[in-house]
Amino acid sequence: MGEKKFDYFISGDKAKWEVVIGLEVHAQVLSKSKLFSSSSTKFGADPNTQVSLVDSGFPGMLPVINQFCIEQSIKTGLGLKAKINLYSVFDRKNYFYADLPQGYQISQYKNPIVGEGEVILDLPYGSKKVGIERLHLEQDAGKSIHDMDPENTFVDLNRSGVALMEIVSKPDLRSPEEVNFYIKKLRSIMRYLGTCDGNMQEGSLRADVNVSVRKIGDKKFGTRCEIKNVNSIKFMQAAIEYEANRQVDLLETGKNIDQETRLFDTKKNITRSMRSKENAHDYRYFPDPDLLPLKIDKSLISKLEKELPELPDEKKERFMKEHKLSSYEANILVSDKEISDFYEEVIKSCDKKLATNWITVELFAVLNKKNLNISQSPVSAKNLSSLIKMISSGKISGKIAKYVFEKMQVDNKDPNQIVEKESLIQQSDPKELEKIIVSVLLKNKDKVAQYKSGKEKLFGYFVGEVMKLSKGKANPQLVNQILKNNLK
Amino acid sequence: MSNISQLSLTKIVKGIKKKEFTSEEVTKVFIANSKKSKKLNTYITECFDEALISAKNFDKKKDYNGLLSGIPIAIKDLFCTKDIKTTAGSKILNNFIPTYESTVTKNLWSQGAFLLGKLNCDEFAMGSSNETSFFGNVINPYGEKIVPGGSSGGSASALAAELTPATIGTDTGGSIRQPASFTGTVGLKPTYGRCSRWGIVAFASSLDQAGPMTKNVEDCALLLQAMSSYDPKDSTSIDIKVENYSSKLTEKVKGLKIGIPKEYRVDDMPVEIDSLWKKGIDYLKDAGAVIKNISLPHTMYALPTYYIVAPAEASSNLARYDGVKYGHRAKGNNLIEMYENTRSEGFGNEVKRRILIGTYVLSSGYYDAYYLKAQKVRQLIKNDFDKSFTEVDAILTPSTPSSAFKIGDKTDDPISMYLNDIFTVPVNLSGLPAISVPAGYDKNNLPLGLQLIGKPFDEQTILNLSLAIEKRVNFKKNFKNWWC
Repeated sequence: MGEKKFDYFISGDKAKWEVVIGLEVHAQVLSKSKLFSSSSTKFGADPNTQVSLVDSGFPGMLPVINQFCIEQSIKTGLGLKAKINLYSVFDRKNYFYADLPQGYQISQYKNPIVGEGEVILDLPYGSKKVGIERLHLEQDAGKSIHDMDPENTFVDLNRSGVALMEIVSKPDLRSPEEVNFYIKKLRSIMRYLGTCDGNMQEGSLRADVNVSVRKIGDKKFGTRCEIKNVNSIKFMQAAIEYEANRQVDLLETGKNIDQETRLFDTKKNITRSMRSKENAHDYRYFPDPDLLPLKIDKSLISKLEKELPELPDEKKERFMKEHKLSSYEANILVSDKEISDFYEEVIKSCDKKLATNWITVELFAVLNKKNLNISQSPVSAKNLSSLIKMISSGKISGKIAKYVFEKMQVDNKDPNQIVEKESLIQQSDPKELEKIIVSVLLKNKDKVAQYKSGKEKLFGYFVGEVMKLSKGKANPQLVNQILKNNLK
Repeated sequence: MSNISQLSLTKIVKGIKKKEFTSEEVTKVFIANSKKSKKLNTYITECFDEALISAKNFDKKKDYNGLLSGIPIAIKDLFCTKDIKTTAGSKILNNFIPTYESTVTKNLWSQGAFLLGKLNCDEFAMGSSNETSFFGNVINPYGEKIVPGGSSGGSASALAAELTPATIGTDTGGSIRQPASFTGTVGLKPTYGRCSRWGIVAFASSLDQAGPMTKNVEDCALLLQAMSSYDPKDSTSIDIKVENYSSKLTEKVKGLKIGIPKEYRVDDMPVEIDSLWKKGIDYLKDAGAVIKNISLPHTMYALPTYYIVAPAEASSNLARYDGVKYGHRAKGNNLIEMYENTRSEGFGNEVKRRILIGTYVLSSGYYDAYYLKAQKVRQLIKNDFDKSFTEVDAILTPSTPSSAFKIGDKTDDPISMYLNDIFTVPVNLSGLPAISVPAGYDKNNLPLGLQLIGKPFDEQTILNLSLAIEKRVNFKKNFKNWWC
């Protein structure tokens, strides 16, 4: 990989502009029950079937903190190398909406559970540290459905009360590409921790994107706009692209940026104004009197710290050291915990270099083609390992291996059985190979003569014929050697 | 037979146990009394038929193991009761039938009691005279034009008029103690966290606390014991063992130190209140207690602090009454209009006033000046008590600055209405237990109460002191059943 240089700037007519981006990521806590009730959080249930009296705001109902969600947040904080606050407070964020049954959302305002941390990005032009401002816990609202009936809005409260972690970054990102890397890294860390499944299709990960622009060299940030609730990396990138250009156009024509909240229109790929700063809600935050301040014991933090799994950054370093992988290879293998687990399973009993190639090239191609993730791989780690062992021991050739690999994808077949059954073992006996080679040369006396008179390209033809006769099983290195000797 | 209703709760429990009378006989007496007393307007929902069935079932089963075996009891309509309409005195919940039972009422039923009916109260417990209820004023048995106090006014009147052997109320700023004082009954607000708030329609979460209202101190100890519990469903409930208040109840208070706070001698306080307080001091001296003058310097800030904290919490707690899920819903052309119409029609003026105040004090730009400052002052008020309790075991004050007033007297002047809570509010802000015990009459023959404030979770001491006062006052009700 050649070292690239960062080059995401917007060239206007008058100046070159730098884009400044900060993200507020809403990550659903991986938990069987909600933040303040025991209702299930399972995705895809029938509307209003996972709703308790607490979630639907009935009179006299009180929230009780789900300790598991607290531990999940602490773990996430530790994964972000962040400060865990021993004292935090749940506040009420007051506003009216049909899918907000209590008339307020319980969130954390002044005293979040997690403070400053960081995420390291491995970018094509080097590594970059992105600051985390804070992580706080809050409950999700329900869902208003406006398109099922011409006159009525329907409300589904299954999501009401589901625990979310809002992870606020510092304005450290500078391009849509960096946003892509940031989200993926954040998701990878949370998946390693088992604190969020990061499933964007199911809404487990969404973000509010803050965008501003400034002339290159300016120290002061420009006025920012917040693009609300964007639910895919592609949309985030498109929204930033559009929004940054919009702001540059405004500034270059002497206009001002209004600080406002905007929405991304996924059909037109544009952002449009949702509400201005003057019309911003006054949420009247105040500490929720139904909940006591959350006090976390230091011993809980150290217990969770000890239980913390190896995270992507540490694993990458170890892979490079232990398995002699390049930074690029290591990055690919550690990006997803399941992939790294698969890799480590494969290399338990076979060559590491070959395994890296087979996983990142052959296996990934199959997964991509079939749109599967590694846990759904049609070939198990054990069988892939057996295949690689046969290659490195010379039992089968690389070419045969590709054929066997194809066959293995049906019902995760054992490669040893395939090789056995179809007698695909590589022919490496020099005497047997010599017999085949001599017969090929005898059949092609004219071509041998041509070769000897200088048409050396014919060497490949002879190899091909030998392979054909051996049904592809001849050991190519040996064939080359013996053929050369016989053509002297 | 007909004098069953004059008996104390304790005596009725004993009488049923000793088979002097059946639960059915008891229940019939209170139903008959209640039916004759419609003028007092104490009931919102009558459960007489169901109560009779429960009584008959009880008499068949004869399970005398509960603290309240076979006792019918009417309760404030702020407690959610399973399958029984629960209105909080508001139009907005006029049609609301909970599918669940509050923890406090569940505790009563598990001690053998059963529901007689739901009693009138100020709307969402916001009021000091029971004049804000959607279901009309409650009348004090002490006079046709006299308020019973509030917000647990229906409970106080029903108890005083012998329509229920005992009752429970809730107290956010004095809503148990003030009506108890106005009706010559005993009312106790337990330590914040002693009784579960689960299933009680919330007014101000950091202040609300349920408590017993009874004819005498002995009953109060019994009912407090029955209703208290630690409840994991209420995060502010505290896991401290419930005392056997009844068995520990004693009038022997010799040597206990009683604080008399000078700041409670307010301007314009009627001479009668002052002399009542002096009498209270004499009673306790007579019982062997030691009187000490103390100072609670931040007392004067308690009422304004309360009227910031309570409306702030209420404005948020009442946001859920929006017409979307349950309760009254008005028509509207869009969501906002539906909200506006529902809440305009559903809430009464006092509730609206407090929602407005609460919304204002939490608004950006005002939060620091009002809400945050109030929280700081609240801490100072609490510190005053903490400091005093290093020197004394309990504090004696009047319960209210006046006796019960006439209906309509204060409805046009919210501030003078709010001033009624001046002696009770500091206790809620500090989370302490306090009791109002009848101590005498004013010149108009209206009852007056004395308040005893205790240390956190030391309900026993204020019950004992109240018993000592009760023995010396020899308080007798002095009204005829004019409404029958």
